[in-house]
Amino acid sequence: MEPLLVYFSSKSLNTHRFVLSLDMRSVRIPISMKEEMPAITEPYVLICPTYADDDGSKAVPKQVIRFLNDPRNRELMQGVIASGNRNFGDLFAYSGAVISKKCKVPCLYKFELSGTLEDIKNVKQGMRKLWESLKQTKQQHLMAV
Amino acid sequence: MSADIKIHDNNNDNTKVSRIKAINWNRLIDDKDLEVWNRLTSNFWLPEKVPLSNDIKAWGTLNGEEQRLTIRVFTGLTLLDTIQNAVGAPTLMQDAVTPHEEAVLSNISFMEAVHARSYSSIFSTLCSMRDVDDAYQWSEENEHLQRKSDLIMREYEANDPMKRKVASVFLESFLFYSGFYLPMYWSSRGKLTNTADLIRLIIKDEAVHGYYIGYKFQQAYNAATPMEQLEIKDYAISLLMDLYDNEIKYTESLYDGVGLTDEVKTFLHYNANKALMNLGFDPMFPAELTAVSPAILSALSPNADENHDFFSGSGSSYVMGKAEETEDEDWDF
Repeated sequence: MEPLLVYFSSKSLNTHRFVLSLDMRSVRIPISMKEEMPAITEPYVLICPTYADDDGSKAVPKQVIRFLNDPRNRELMQGVIASGNRNFGDLFAYSGAVISKKCKVPCLYKFELSGTLEDIKNVKQGMRKLWESLKQTKQQHLMAV
Repeated sequence: MSADIKIHDNNNDNTKVSRIKAINWNRLIDDKDLEVWNRLTSNFWLPEKVPLSNDIKAWGTLNGEEQRLTIRVFTGLTLLDTIQNAVGAPTLMQDAVTPHEEAVLSNISFMEAVHARSYSSIFSTLCSMRDVDDAYQWSEENEHLQRKSDLIMREYEANDPMKRKVASVFLESFLFYSGFYLPMYWSSRGKLTNTADLIRLIIKDEAVHGYYIGYKFQQAYNAATPMEQLEIKDYAISLLMDLYDNEIKYTESLYDGVGLTDEVKTFLHYNANKALMNLGFDPMFPAELTAVSPAILSALSPNADENHDFFSGSGSSYVMGKAEETEDEDWDF
């Protein structure tokens, strides 16, 4: 199975542009709360921007919370990649810390705005490695059975 | 005129608010306006909030040249804030495509006045009036600072809403940073840390301003014809190059004496990339030219790098976040 990304991007399209540059299989969480959630049936990594208020609240977009409220979606999530802007100080990419803690998955990477070429390289490499290790775990599991 | 408040402007593809109507925040045309309004108002602050006088002792540890550099840097920043407050944001208000955008820009304009006012608070707390007067005199005479101001003012005066937004994003997301570098540097050495706290409040505001004006630029850009898009992109890159060339000279004239020029240039490249991203364009400076020192990055965002290592290959793998418990009632679990 190829690596899969699930992501949210607001109308600023920063995250959307980053995902396009990654050129990997991806599913976008809809902006409209009325739209149906995409059904995820395989392991994936979440990419989430940050919109925190000064006290750190509301860091995770409500659309992403709605997506993660489904226990099946949480179960399949292998980790989170968070974006933001360092100008926000402590709260840079804070959604990654919140999701990591809340859903007990690792925060894999942070990047700013729509990401640099370096970020694209790091995330591509990281995703490939992560999926290889998932494959190995699965094989070991099968052999044990 | 009909009840419709929008008219078509033949000079470009944007619409303008032409007749005043009571603003209705419960009927949004673009929900980004409310999102950014909320962000900006929740960030609201005044310089009185920061105990600047705690920096008096640290100020005394800077030598004469370092003090003069710091006052000059802050005077240069004051000029940019004054431009945004008095000309930049009000000019963009005339181009607003929703009444809510006008309101957001009025907030941006006022906060720029707060920023400009803050530097005077720093001066009155730390510096002698004579040294500050000298720096204002210097700012009038420094050719690079004046050229920077001229380049931006020329775009604000030209009658093209998209170009004005480009100039504004470059000011907000690029031109400030030759100045912001210095308080981050002092703070990384444990000096002027309260002043740095105040500057960080400004840096946060400027990020929202650059993001929002860049977003409004992209809305107009996406509605433009491919030919217009090509033209405006060329224009943006060439304006950035003009500003960049001048910024390099400005940086050298300020920082050569203290030996920080190279580090400031790296910081400029890093922020130029972010300015381009705010406009929806690809970053242009490669990684080797944008590697800002970890000390400056952590002065910008303290504690933000604790668990960022899995994909970068440094440090231990799989680290769980140490976030504070959030009280968001939207979570179901």
